[in-house]
Amino acid sequence: MDPLIIQDHYEIDYRHSYAEDSPFFVALTKGKLLGSRCTACGYTYATPRSHCMECGAPTSWHELPLAGRVHTYTTCHYGGELFLKETPFTLILVEFDGADTLFLSRLKGAEPEAVRIGMPVVARFAKTPSFKVTDVWFEPA
Amino acid sequence: MRPVYMISGGITKFAKAHPDKDFRLMVKQAYDYALRDVPKFSKDMIDGAVGSYFSDHFTRQLKAASMAQDYLGLCPKPSKRVEGGGATGGLCFQSAWEAVASGRMNCCVAFGFETMSRVNTWKGNEFIALASDTNFDFPVGGFYTGYYAMMVRRHMHEYGTTVEQMAMVSVKNHMNALYNPYAQKAKRLTIKQVRESPMVATPLTMEDICTMSDGAAVCILASEEVTAKVCNRPVTVTGVGSGSDAMRMADRPHGNVILLPHERESDYAHLKYPGVHSFRGGRMAAKLAYQMAGIRNPIEELSFVELHDAYTSSEIQTYEDLGLCKYGEGGKFVESGVPFMPGVDYGLELPKQGRLPVNPSGGLLACGHPVGATGLMQAVFAFWQLQGTIKKHLGNDRLQVKNPKRGLIHSHAGTGTYITVSILEAP
Ligand SMILES: [Zn+2]
Repeated sequence: MDPLIIQDHYEIDYRHSYAEDSPFFVALTKGKLLGSRCTACGYTYATPRSHCMECGAPTSWHELPLAGRVHTYTTCHYGGELFLKETPFTLILVEFDGADTLFLSRLKGAEPEAVRIGMPVVARFAKTPSFKVTDVWFEPA
Repeated sequence: MRPVYMISGGITKFAKAHPDKDFRLMVKQAYDYALRDVPKFSKDMIDGAVGSYFSDHFTRQLKAASMAQDYLGLCPKPSKRVEGGGATGGLCFQSAWEAVASGRMNCCVAFGFETMSRVNTWKGNEFIALASDTNFDFPVGGFYTGYYAMMVRRHMHEYGTTVEQMAMVSVKNHMNALYNPYAQKAKRLTIKQVRESPMVATPLTMEDICTMSDGAAVCILASEEVTAKVCNRPVTVTGVGSGSDAMRMADRPHGNVILLPHERESDYAHLKYPGVHSFRGGRMAAKLAYQMAGIRNPIEELSFVELHDAYTSSEIQTYEDLGLCKYGEGGKFVESGVPFMPGVDYGLELPKQGRLPVNPSGGLLACGHPVGATGLMQAVFAFWQLQGTIKKHLGNDRLQVKNPKRGLIHSHAGTGTYITVSILEAP
C-alpha cells in the first residue's frame, strides 16, 4: 500500500522579551547603535551582550560610530522561507573603529558586484520601527 | 578510562524522502544491519543507548528518541537524546564512547536519524537558520548558506582561496559517491558545471552545498570484554576531542592560533584568528583528539578523513583546522590532489592524488546530511574502511583505502559552534 500523506498545519505566536538586550532595540528607534564595553577589561562588542565573554564582568552600553567598513559580504539569491520574497539581498558583517567584534546587517543601495571588503558604509534607521534588528541597515558611505 | 571498541555499524540509504518509513523504522533497519554483522552478539549484551536527532521542528514529535528506543525493544535500558546542531551525530558517538570508557556500560548503542523531507527545502532552511541568534542574526536574513558564504569570502580575502578550488571539492565528493550505493546525490561533475549551477549565496552555488535528507545510522560501541566475545575485527576509538565557539559569528575574536604539535607560532605571525575565516572549535577538537591518540603530525599519521563538508568551502577550512595543511593552504591542498581517492579518474590534473583521501564516502555533499545520522554515518564508513570491509558493505572496493591504520571523523554544528573529532584505529 502507498503511504498515506496528509497536510498538517502548525502555527504559534511567541511572547518574546529582549530582556537585558532591550536598550539596544530602543536605541535603534532614536537612530543610535549601541554596543557593549566591558567594565573590567575594556573589550568592546559591536553586537551587545551584558556580560564580557573574555572575563565575565558586566559590560556597560557603548555608543558605536554610525560609520564602519565591510568585513565580509554575500548576496543571497535564495533563503529561508521567511526571507525568500526579499531575495536577492546582501548580508554584511560590519567592523567599526574602536570595537573588537563585528555586527551582522543588510547592505542596501549597492550593486552586488560593487561590494568589496573594506568598503565604507553608514548606518540607516527605519522611520517606523518594527523593534527588530532590521530597524538598522547599512548603505555605501 | 578504559579502551572502547566499535564492533558494528549500519546505515540506511540516504534519500530526499522515505515516505514509506518513519524515523523509527529507519533506525530499526540500520540497527538490524549492525546486528546482522556481528552474529555472535545478542541484545542482552546492550546496556543502554544514546539517540541523536537535531530538530524537533523537522520531527514535530518531541521525545522522538524514546520512540526509537521502544521500537528497537531496548526499554527499560538507560537512554537519552543528544542534540548539538550539525554535530549531533558526532556528539552522540562520543556520548556512547563516554558510557563505555567510564565503565558505566559495557555496551552502548548510538543511533541517529533525521527526517527533513517533511517540509519544503526553504522552510527547512528557515528551521536550520533558527540555530543562529534569533535576536541579532536570524531576523537579518537567517540563512546558513549566507553565513558560510560570508566566512569563505573572508577566507578568499585572507588567503587567496578560489571558487575553482572549492569546486574541486564538489567534483571529488560527488564522484567518490558514484561507488557508494548509500549516497543520495552521486554524479560526475566538472569545475565548470559546479560554477554554472544556480547561485545560492555568492560565491556558493547549488553544487557547493549539501542537500536535505532522510536517513538513519547506528554504531555499537563496547568494552574489551564484550568485544572479545563477539567481534574478530574490532576498531579501537583511540581519541576523542571537541570544541566550541560563540554562537554569533560577529562575536568571534581576532587573536592567536591554537597550535598543533607540528606547528610553530612563527607560522602565523600576522594571522588574526579565528575571525570568521576559521573554526576555532574544530582546531580545539583536533588538538584534544590528537593528544589522546598520540598523533604528532596528522598528515603523516592518518590514512583517511571523513569530515563535515556541508559546504565545499567548509571542507577547505576544515583541512586547516585539522592541521592537514597550514592555515591559508587549504585551497592549494585540494589543488595538489592529496584529498582525492587514488585510482579514480576525476578529469582533473592532480599531482599528489590520493596521499590522504578526504571524504572517500562522498561526504555530506554527496551522501546527504540527515543531521542526526550524519556524524554516525561517518563513523560507520570509517569502521568499514578500517576493517577492510568496504567491498562487503558497498558491493565494490573502489572506495577501500589500502591498508588503513587510522581514520579521523569530524562532525560540525552551526557556524562552528560545536565540533567533534574522533580517531579510530584498525585492528
Ligand atoms: Zn572583560
